[in-house]
Amino acid sequence: MALPAVAVAQEVDWDVPEKQIGLWQDAWQRFRRNRLALIGAAIVVLLVLVAVSGPLLVHFGILKDPLKQDVAFIEVGPGQAGHPLGSDELGRDTLSRLIFGSRVSLSVGILVQLIILPIGLAIGLTAGYFGGRIDNILMRFTDIWYAFPDLLFVLVVVSVFQQYTSGSIVLQVLMIFGAIALVNWVGLARLVRGQVLSIKEKEFIEAARSSGSPPLKLILKHLLPNSLGPIIVTLTFGIPNAIFLEAFLSFIGFGIQPPTPTWGQMVNSGYETIYANPSSVVFPAVAIGITLLAFTFIGDGLRDALDPRMRR
Amino acid sequence: MAATLLEIEDLHTQFFTSRGVVRAVDGVSLHVDAGETLGVVGESGCGKTVTALSVLRLVPDPGRITSGRIVFRGQDVTKMDDSEIRDFRGNDVAMIFQDPMTSLNPVTKIGPQIEEAMTAHNRFTPEQARTRVIELLTRVRVPAAEKRVHDYPHQFSGGMRQRAMIAMGLSNEPSLLIADEPTTALDVTVQAQIIQLMKQLNRELGTAMMLITHNMALVASLCQRVVVMYAGRVVEEGPVEQIFKSPQHPYTWSLLRSVPRVDEARKDRLVSIKGLPPDLSNPPPGCKFHPRCPFVVDRCKVEEPNLAEVDVNQVARCWVLMRNVTDSAVIAAKASALSVEAVQKLKTPGADQDGSAGPV
Amino acid sequence: MAVIAGRSRWGALLPARFSTLFESRGASLAVFIVRRILWMIPIVFFVIVITFTLMHLAPGSPWDKSGGRQLSKAVVDNLNARYGLNKPLWTQFLLYVNNVIHLDFGLSYQYQNKTVSSLLLQSWPYTATLGGLAFLLIVPVGVGLGVLAALRQNTRVDYITMGFATLAASFPNFVVGSLMVVVFSVLLYRWTGGNFFLPSSDFKLDDHLIMPVITLSLLSIAFTARLTRASTLDTIRQDYVRTAWAKGLPERIVVIKHVLKNSLIPVVTILGPLFAFLVTGSVVVEDVFNIPGIGRAFVVAVASYDYPMILGTTILFSLVIAVANLLVDVLYVFIDPRVRLT
Repeated sequence: MALPAVAVAQEVDWDVPEKQIGLWQDAWQRFRRNRLALIGAAIVVLLVLVAVSGPLLVHFGILKDPLKQDVAFIEVGPGQAGHPLGSDELGRDTLSRLIFGSRVSLSVGILVQLIILPIGLAIGLTAGYFGGRIDNILMRFTDIWYAFPDLLFVLVVVSVFQQYTSGSIVLQVLMIFGAIALVNWVGLARLVRGQVLSIKEKEFIEAARSSGSPPLKLILKHLLPNSLGPIIVTLTFGIPNAIFLEAFLSFIGFGIQPPTPTWGQMVNSGYETIYANPSSVVFPAVAIGITLLAFTFIGDGLRDALDPRMRR
Repeated sequence: MAATLLEIEDLHTQFFTSRGVVRAVDGVSLHVDAGETLGVVGESGCGKTVTALSVLRLVPDPGRITSGRIVFRGQDVTKMDDSEIRDFRGNDVAMIFQDPMTSLNPVTKIGPQIEEAMTAHNRFTPEQARTRVIELLTRVRVPAAEKRVHDYPHQFSGGMRQRAMIAMGLSNEPSLLIADEPTTALDVTVQAQIIQLMKQLNRELGTAMMLITHNMALVASLCQRVVVMYAGRVVEEGPVEQIFKSPQHPYTWSLLRSVPRVDEARKDRLVSIKGLPPDLSNPPPGCKFHPRCPFVVDRCKVEEPNLAEVDVNQVARCWVLMRNVTDSAVIAAKASALSVEAVQKLKTPGADQDGSAGPV
Repeated sequence: MAVIAGRSRWGALLPARFSTLFESRGASLAVFIVRRILWMIPIVFFVIVITFTLMHLAPGSPWDKSGGRQLSKAVVDNLNARYGLNKPLWTQFLLYVNNVIHLDFGLSYQYQNKTVSSLLLQSWPYTATLGGLAFLLIVPVGVGLGVLAALRQNTRVDYITMGFATLAASFPNFVVGSLMVVVFSVLLYRWTGGNFFLPSSDFKLDDHLIMPVITLSLLSIAFTARLTRASTLDTIRQDYVRTAWAKGLPERIVVIKHVLKNSLIPVVTILGPLFAFLVTGSVVVEDVFNIPGIGRAFVVAVASYDYPMILGTTILFSLVIAVANLLVDVLYVFIDPRVRLT
């Protein structure tokens, strides 16, 4: 419109690194201004701190042992008998179970992204870089994969491997990682592929190729700074999705088995005593909701901050 | 003596953004008489489009008309209520926009889009509208109009889309048509055709036109009078031949220097104007053009000039005025307006325009 | 007669071929549909392959869980023969595929005298009702809220609706479901002594559906509302909306024919994923509210390692989702005239 176009001549960014410093600083500024994102970030930081310090707190007696059953105090309401949030059907302290459950949720949510990242990157890069038949095949493959409803797939996978993993919590966790990563890599792969394709379109690639520089290195050099933003946003949004899947799995009774507490489990078992002691459902449910909300806010904030085209 | 159709009196339109108040239109007065074609020129951001949008009260958020009058046939547009302004738009005054691809609804066929302009004002029944659309499209030289009305905008070429927009604008026989850069988004050959079409329509229909453009060549072929705007103000106004022959404001002079002229022997190289347009939320003191003016004197930096009459029907807003500038100063200005590289190129054959930054 | 401007890049715009362009869209639409239908086949096949493979990766045999009793080898052999489990994997697979084509999913392992198909047949009305009601709730409410928020941008209405949407979008449906049960059943029950909407074991088409339907819909309403709002806001800023105002059209026409007609197009694209979401969501909701639909049957089947049931349900779900996606794609082609059918 008629807003003054204080236009500076746009130059082709041969020199990528310099440009990116400005982008990150600018993004940080924008992120800081987004109150919701800051709240989300604060919540997540708090959660992580609490989760990490869980065992320490138990060791020093500040927190009750989540595994310790106390038949004398079953289904106690919040605030009674030294249980700040009540206790569950086996007398275990709800608060400490919540905290230890957060360790599961957070680690699954965040660490799964570390598995998704290389898979998505590899496939996206391959499809975008080689193009042609390979791209076609890979994209068909992802389409088919995408058609599989993720919840069902995770359930089926977990149900199959469940029996192999009983007894070993490490194996259980790995299985969950695997199942979740398997359904969630498609988005990242598509994103990366799109980025590679759009870089390939840019004219300076043609120019560089004719002057003899290896296109792969060039593509990587330009891919990383440009797509780092969207990749981070995608992974950030993947966290609440992963947490949800894990919670759902434990809610149904799969995934991580008792006695290791998870939020999903807690909602499930709390559900059975919902009339006598509704708080045993409410607390883990709210915990799940707040955690998802926090990560969603952060994801929104990051996306807005890193998108150069956003206007207020 | 032609009647005055539209009179804009001291219009102020401002944008209230988070970074400050942008004075996009800062006291503009101009008028359009019946049947005449008025050119409004200036570089991007000088306020010409916002002025036009203000006439139809289409200024987008966060912009607002803050003061001034816009009088059309005795009625003040700024004071019209909702039903009056709806009656006014597309009926008394119509506007066509710069990019016909984005200015047409992509999911509606062309025919209905033009028809609805007509039926909305209850001047034609739907059946009449339908036949009239075909007439209009034929008049603007769209071939096979009866079939074309069933097409979607993306099935038209750029030139034809613009013709359809013109047809849409003229559908209710407005007294005044405002055209905002009607040819800028088109190929050069198509531009020529549209210009020819507009000349023809003006002859046939007698519609007054306010042509907004940064293209001086367009003004030369279509307009009788021209208004030159800079930084939200009118800096010169007058009949086209007079302005082209002896522009008084240095900005107008610079604009004309950047246009290839057939009527002069090509002794000078084309130059662009150095520098960038001012920040309208924080404009420079004194004359707004002085930082870029080749003939600036001390007074310009302090005191803003008023529009003064410099010739018959011609006014300019300048302390110096081109007729008071010596020839040597002019030559020096031309030389300094060229960047170092361009001067180098002058010495080698096949040199073209210089590379200094500048709009237009 | 004037010549068409310049060298037209779209040969099809030449008047002589105009009518063929119009007709060929109809023809290419038919081709498009057929192609997509054919495309569903490899998808479903792939689903079968994957699920089948996974099923047979599981340890032990399906008989380990029968009623907690240890079955004698003879019985096990008999069962294996009966279910064809003693044949090599390839053969089993091919047999299975053949059966599927004839819509025979085999016998359920849990309920050994019932076929999977019959079980599916008996459960699907509940799921269909649940899903159908949810869909009827989601689309008008979601789109309506989104449009409302966009037209009243930055007012209280906008903030409230979008705040609600963000909140609702963050709580997974089993959480919402459980919370709803807590609030409406338990607390209200305590306070009023009445009997509100308690999930019961027998299922009637009445107000017992209110909570499950709302639970199932909430997340999708939120998502749809946000998308609609973003799309509408984007459309309002477009040049052609400005043109519509400049023509002097009344607000109603501008909003409906120019803004919504364009902004709702992207919303149609989520109908496909929405459907998939309803399908998977029903799994959760039916479990929480004890509704005997396909979703719950699936969960039970997974817990009981009833492989035919698992396979059959998964195939059914995938098929339904694929068909829904196809319908959405076709719908999209009808709605957006710019789409090229290649």
